[in-house]
Amino acid sequence: MLPAHDSPFGVEMVNLLGAFILLVAFAMLASRRTLSLIRLFAFQGFFLSMSIFLVAFLSGESNLYYSAFFTLVLKVILLPWILRDLSQRLKIGGDIETLVNVPVTMIIGIGVVVFSFSLAEPILKAASTVTRSLIGVGLACVLLSFLVMITRKKAMTQIIGFLSMENGLLFSATNATYGMPMVVELAIALDVLIGAIIFGIFFFQIRETFESLDLKYFEKLKEDEE
Amino acid sequence: MTQTSTVPHQWIADLLFKGLGELFQTASVIFFAPIFLGWVNLCRSCLQSRRPAGILQPYRDLLKLLRKEVVLATGASPLFRITPYIVFGSMGLAAALVPAVTTDLPFGPAADAIALVGIFSLARIFMALSAMDIGTPFGDMGARREMMIAFLAEPATMMVLFTASLISRSTSLSTIAETLGGRHFTLYPSLVFATTSFFLIILAENSRLPIDNPSTHLELTMIHEAMLLEYSGRHLALMEWGSSIKLLLYFSILISFFLPWGISHESSFGGLLSGFAFLVLKLFILGTLLAILESTLAKLRLFRAPEFLAAAYLLAVIAFLSHFILEV
Repeated sequence: MLPAHDSPFGVEMVNLLGAFILLVAFAMLASRRTLSLIRLFAFQGFFLSMSIFLVAFLSGESNLYYSAFFTLVLKVILLPWILRDLSQRLKIGGDIETLVNVPVTMIIGIGVVVFSFSLAEPILKAASTVTRSLIGVGLACVLLSFLVMITRKKAMTQIIGFLSMENGLLFSATNATYGMPMVVELAIALDVLIGAIIFGIFFFQIRETFESLDLKYFEKLKEDEE
Repeated sequence: MTQTSTVPHQWIADLLFKGLGELFQTASVIFFAPIFLGWVNLCRSCLQSRRPAGILQPYRDLLKLLRKEVVLATGASPLFRITPYIVFGSMGLAAALVPAVTTDLPFGPAADAIALVGIFSLARIFMALSAMDIGTPFGDMGARREMMIAFLAEPATMMVLFTASLISRSTSLSTIAETLGGRHFTLYPSLVFATTSFFLIILAENSRLPIDNPSTHLELTMIHEAMLLEYSGRHLALMEWGSSIKLLLYFSILISFFLPWGISHESSFGGLLSGFAFLVLKLFILGTLLAILESTLAKLRLFRAPEFLAAAYLLAVIAFLSHFILEV
């Protein structure tokens, strides 16, 4: 354990980074292209790793430095690279079809943020970390990533939504309790990495079977009830 | 007893000086506005490898238009003729309210941020009505589009103003500028979002590039220009001048809310001069930024405009919410 630093500027910086993470979550909700979605995911990972690093500095928890480092390597470099490679091989860099149009999605997103901020209100009182006010932001990120998954049709974008949900979880954990135990965090990181690779194989299988990555064709798998 | 006899003199002299400060600020905004527009145009031409027309070109245009005679369309009602004066008048009034050079404005308490939005709407409504008055399809179309953009931009503007008001606990523009300028440096996430949102609003409200191309004369895509099609002579000069003042005022609001360092807090001679110098410096930078932005962006399809403004509204709402969550 390293000495804790008590600097209001540092806390403000963490707040600002939290706000940026939320902003990126909204940008993901609004983006229309797979490649820009991947780039936004990398940005979110970068802001997340910076904020974990700052929290580590402020709280003196040396574990969090490792966590920040893993986030940087995994979510800013490795996963975006895998995803970009996949989308190039599957030739799906172009437009994403959304189920609900973008302005409506964003209005729903505002509702989600209000809901999660009010939900986090009682939790704030129980937490004792310097950055506890960001729990609401983390929760909002998780729910917005859900929204990304719900409003998109293609498997690829749903996976990106899923990965960004993990970002939100990690962010909440860092700010509520200064992170999960190292073993758990490492396991999750490995899970996500393996997950991304397995999803890649899945994508090829799905496309081979249905000739599209649109998940509505999964309906065909149901047996007729008549 | 000598003190009581000097107090009224002092008071009158003070008021006179404040009045002069107010006059200086209003006049500098009104007369500086075309130069600002000229600077933005100059930067744009340089960036697009065209030979610039010179920073004073808007003045030359205005002088030429002021000398020309007015040609009125048949069937133009009195509304069409008084609109340029109303537009220019409301912009002049707004110039007296926005703390661009100094925050020590005697007119300041007369209208707060919400009333200012009302003044801008007044000018816009008259502009739209006069465009519909003649009955040409282009004017009508431009007016409808302008109103659509305006009604989408207004809620975002209000949210941005409310965010600044929440931090400074006042809706008076001078108080906001003073509080935000007087504090020691703190990073407010809400102000970062509000600034971004307000920049998008500036682009939309002043018919700048992603929404409307200010230099286009292609009838099908233009919004602001379409409304002015039937105007000529001094009427057109006043309308053009009014819109350049509006652009400068929006940037002044941006400066006084989000970059308020350097705005004078008293009506002394040196204070006014340094306030003006700071204003010119900031406008110089922001104007260059606007030109770069406009040269790199393509015009959005009209049906994408709601998306652009929804993003501005979203940023404003996040700013508003993050004030409660992150800063209290």
